[in-house]
Amino acid sequence: MDVDSNQGRMGAYLRDHQDKVVSRWTELVVAGLRGRSSAAEVRRELEDLYSLVIRAMSGADVQAAGELRAALAELSRSRARNGFTPSETALAIFALKDAVYELVADTTDLMPEYLAFSRTIDDLGLHTFETYATAREQVIADQAASMLELTTPVIRLWDGIIAVPLVGTLDSVRTQLVMEKLLETLVATGAEHAVLDITGVPTVDTEVAQHLLKTVSAVRLVGAECIISGIRPQVAQTIVALGIEFGDIATKASLADALAHALSRTGHKIGTA
Amino acid sequence: MEELPIRTGNDVVRVRQQVRAVAAESGLSLVDQTKLVTAASELARNALVHGGGGMARVDVVTSGAGKPGVRIGFTDDGPGIADVDQALTDGWTSGGGLGLGLSGARRLVDEFELNSKPGSGTSVVVVKWSR
Repeated sequence: MDVDSNQGRMGAYLRDHQDKVVSRWTELVVAGLRGRSSAAEVRRELEDLYSLVIRAMSGADVQAAGELRAALAELSRSRARNGFTPSETALAIFALKDAVYELVADTTDLMPEYLAFSRTIDDLGLHTFETYATAREQVIADQAASMLELTTPVIRLWDGIIAVPLVGTLDSVRTQLVMEKLLETLVATGAEHAVLDITGVPTVDTEVAQHLLKTVSAVRLVGAECIISGIRPQVAQTIVALGIEFGDIATKASLADALAHALSRTGHKIGTA
Repeated sequence: MEELPIRTGNDVVRVRQQVRAVAAESGLSLVDQTKLVTAASELARNALVHGGGGMARVDVVTSGAGKPGVRIGFTDDGPGIADVDQALTDGWTSGGGLGLGLSGARRLVDEFELNSKPGSGTSVVVVKWSR
């Protein structure tokens, strides 16, 4: 007996016992929900899925398999939004096997068909799991993108002096974003001094240093001066050991020092009145 | 103790975080922590960029004199280094970098051992002892 006719017989069996199976399946699923959805709601959901499963198993309906997967993906997403774990969603699908098994257990001649059916349901359960993971990855990617935007503000410190506090990891994507925003602001405001504050960058390695040096060169090309501030003592010692040279670039321990330096360069005097 | 894969730029960040946590736990001073983390960052990136990805292994070790330290091993199955002396020269780079990663990393740690042959990958083991 080949798989297709297995599925055909199982499909016919499932159609004949639709009411019984769906009732038992609903019972099993509702028991696991702990009151988060009503029995009537769950039954409606499962009835739709069940008829799709039957259509898919009959083999005659080529669109049914795609529709079934889409319905499962939707179920997985809506459950995830309502705070269900992916295991709970997958277990709800696997419960169909239990519901059917209780019925076919007495009908021994249906066992091969049941095994094939069981494998199909396993695939469907895993599909809900995968959908969940994909949806989560999308959320994480979106958050990473918005973090990138959030963490690169350009701040006006004084007339003609702007600052960029860098926080976290300075990779090439971040550097590109910082450089664009910084150059745009320099040109738009006509500021002549830019302070790159790296207090929030935990590790300054050769890659970070190279990104900083490139940014400083770009700032100079638009006619402004760049000061790097926030170099903590341990970072200073590391930079020296690495052998990185900042050349004639002004570097300061703190943002306050950098501001004072820029102010004196623009002819301002700071003192107590 | 723990094997970390190095396949993407984010994995380099993860290696740094793991090294920082282990170094802090082993009682390394803030300067030594920063030096070790920076060295790990350079070597992990080398494994990624030149070795096409690899593994990092972070261990807590004890010296003969009973001092704690952190040992990190990096391995990759990349093309290997044809001329190790040249690769360890300040300013020499095979890519677009500053050419200080490998030589700088050696200066940042207390022990540095590099094994590489063309065609058979590269392994680097570094140790930083607490003072």
